[in-house]
Amino acid sequence: MEVPYIVKEREDTGLINSKLGIWVFLASEIMLFGGLFSAYIFLRLAAAPGEFAHWSAELSVPLATVNTLVLISSSVSMVMAWASLKLNDFPKYRMYMGITLLCALIFLVIKYFEYTGKFHHDIYPSSSTFMAIYFTLTGLHGIHIIGGMIVMLYFWLPVGSKMWDSQPEHFANRVEALGLYWHFVDLVWIFLFPVLYLL
Amino acid sequence: MSSKSHNHDHHDEGFIRKYIFSVDHKVIGLQYGITSLLFLLFGFSLMAIMRWQLAYPGTPIPILGFLFGESGTLAPEQYNSLGAMHGTIMVFLGVVPLAVGAFGNYIVPLQIGAIDMAFPKLNAASYWSYFVGGVIMISSFFMPEGAARSGWTSYPPLSVFENGQTFWLISMVFLITSSLLGSMNFIVTIVQLRAPGLTWMRLPLFVWSQFVTSFLLVLAFPPLEAAAILQLMDRVAGTSFFLPSGLVLSGEIVDVAGSGSPLLWQHLFWFLAHPEVYVLILPAMGIVAEILTNNTRKPLWGFKSIVYSMVFLGFCSFIVWAHHMFLTGMGQAMSAFFQTTTMIISIPSIVILTSYFLSLWGGSIRFNTPMLFALAFLPMFGIGGLTGLPLGLAAADIYLHDTYYVIGHFHYVVAPGTIFALFAGIYYWFPKITGKKMNEMLGKLHFWPSLIFMNGIFMPMFIQGLAGVSRRLADGGESYAHASGVLQWNEFMTTSAFLLGISQIPFIINLIMSIFSGEKAGRNPWDSTTVEWAAPSPPLAHVNFDSEITVHHSAYEYSVPDSKKDFIPQTEH
Amino acid sequence: MSSDHDISSIQDHIRVYLIVFGALAVLTIVTVIASYLEISTSEGIFLALIIASMKASLVAAYFMHLISERNTIIWILLLTVVFFFVMLFLPLISYTDQVHI
Repeated sequence: MEVPYIVKEREDTGLINSKLGIWVFLASEIMLFGGLFSAYIFLRLAAAPGEFAHWSAELSVPLATVNTLVLISSSVSMVMAWASLKLNDFPKYRMYMGITLLCALIFLVIKYFEYTGKFHHDIYPSSSTFMAIYFTLTGLHGIHIIGGMIVMLYFWLPVGSKMWDSQPEHFANRVEALGLYWHFVDLVWIFLFPVLYLL
Repeated sequence: MSSKSHNHDHHDEGFIRKYIFSVDHKVIGLQYGITSLLFLLFGFSLMAIMRWQLAYPGTPIPILGFLFGESGTLAPEQYNSLGAMHGTIMVFLGVVPLAVGAFGNYIVPLQIGAIDMAFPKLNAASYWSYFVGGVIMISSFFMPEGAARSGWTSYPPLSVFENGQTFWLISMVFLITSSLLGSMNFIVTIVQLRAPGLTWMRLPLFVWSQFVTSFLLVLAFPPLEAAAILQLMDRVAGTSFFLPSGLVLSGEIVDVAGSGSPLLWQHLFWFLAHPEVYVLILPAMGIVAEILTNNTRKPLWGFKSIVYSMVFLGFCSFIVWAHHMFLTGMGQAMSAFFQTTTMIISIPSIVILTSYFLSLWGGSIRFNTPMLFALAFLPMFGIGGLTGLPLGLAAADIYLHDTYYVIGHFHYVVAPGTIFALFAGIYYWFPKITGKKMNEMLGKLHFWPSLIFMNGIFMPMFIQGLAGVSRRLADGGESYAHASGVLQWNEFMTTSAFLLGISQIPFIINLIMSIFSGEKAGRNPWDSTTVEWAAPSPPLAHVNFDSEITVHHSAYEYSVPDSKKDFIPQTEH
Repeated sequence: MSSDHDISSIQDHIRVYLIVFGALAVLTIVTVIASYLEISTSEGIFLALIIASMKASLVAAYFMHLISERNTIIWILLLTVVFFFVMLFLPLISYTDQVHI
């Protein structure tokens, strides 16, 4: 016997378990990043006037703008991957999921250059509270990107995607849940970008 | 995860898959139960050592004195370590895993007529994350630095520079992860897996309490996880999230960037820690509700108001946290806001407790062991709750903050409050879990001394607190003139603590003995209405029930006029 | 959600995804340009957050399908957002509302 409502929705709630589950998880993630944003606000108030703006000027707006567009593209390709499954087009799904993975990788590479660039100029988390919260916020965000990539890889390679052959609906639901997580990661960056780089 | 392979595995599950890495909610519930009970015992022992020192300062600790150095007495840092670890272990490794992880996991699926939790593998992951967190926490005792010693509250700047905090913080990350996985599972399970006919207002109060608790955990823990990451960065990466500029340590200015804020930690910590105390009490209120109604043979008075009160309590718990921070220099507006919300939040608690008291009126009371513990919960939680009111009023809190009065208040709610409710739950559900009944005489031998000695330990704390004795003092207040009049209570409290420890022996004997030679229980030995009693005792592996479960009645239909028996099970047609 | 997924409705969705993509790209450029405007810090913060919220709403409504999502999910998110703002603003206010000796 299996737990019900994995593929078929429950009538009164209209939900499958994974849909509700992933949204509850995202609610907790909103509070996690919210805690860090709250820290940012508090620390900015506690710092000397103009200190945060001064350190923020050390960051590269062009690189981050590119990264923002890269992440938005990955969000589109992710939702297209899921839509392809819904249209029964597995080869298209693989293509779009592959693009999403590629975009995520590009994001991380750009971030790598950003970080090492800072270290080269002797700028570390310990240099100022702005840098501390910058590295922590983007670092935690980066860990979420890596986590997402691992799951994406699993669903892209045969080890995970072979479920499409035996249980296509269940597989599509799993990809949808991953998609929701990935859009959230994009959402966090949509706020991180202006807050850290532009304000 | 296909249904075909699932049934196959059941016959040939090896020992590891069946008992160690099981995904069956009942096995996981028992794993949580055994682990948390052991941690509770350990946490109790830490306190017993501290209490010896407080009653007999300068006297070597008997038997275990060799652990603390040549003198056999506690140095102040060691006292602080025991104190911080006692609090941390009791809250995060003991009570919550028992109340939510053990009781919640085992009973909730059964009470809603489900075969398991919504995500069985996540459930197992949640237990093992807790286990790893627990191991890391305890292993900190064996590190050269020693265990954490900055209070369970880990306030910076002390916690950034003191020993033992790194392991504490890493352990907390594992424990928080466990909690998030678990609470997410509970929410989905309760929403999605209720049996046909089990509408929201037919749910037992235990399930409601776990539902609200899960929301508290899901939304309140992440800010503490964020804060723990920040504090870890301060410790290992040289950041100064919580370190103000110009900090002086041992006569030297600390070499950090500065302009951080210790208050930031306090806000993020208490944002979790206040809802956390409602996590400690809500499942207990749920258990007491079940046992009261069952042993008065009457429906609970005010079922709907109890449900709304639990939900309102949960909501309000997010907006009262800074009543722990009245002495941090907050202005009038903030203090007034938090004082007001704190007074408001007492209302749902009072509604719930009053409903429980009123439910006794006209009942046909059976004084079995679970009922004795459930009944004792009522006045004990009453004392705990009422003594919280002066603390919630900013003016009175100026005097009482960080005194023994606070320790008395919160222990009354958690110790003869929650822990008594958990004992009640163990005696009540033991027959369902094992198929055997626990011994009633040993149960009463456990109950009566426990009740007396709980009060013996914690009542005098109000006296000491009102005299102004601060908490977390390694010498118990000896060096302060204002404490001299009340220190004689220390020996009384310590004696009560030791006798409380001894009173648990009948319980431990009962627990172990009854598993092997307890009286056979049958399916529904308490003549209860809720769905878990429709399963065999113990419930079947992986599927729980041996028949289709549909619900046709509300949760507590006892003594319904014109019915044959004095109870109508929820599943009866 | 699987009920409304016949081929033509998915293709309508795809059209929407591409439009939203375009809007997001434009809004990103707008964000960067806005940061070069000569306005005060608090006006800048306000503007940046408005634009970011617009982008976030598009992602949430269309990529995450919230615009057609069930009430249970919407309520959980609203509850979360309330506590999010509590957590963001109360410490902020307590910082500004301090006892001055």
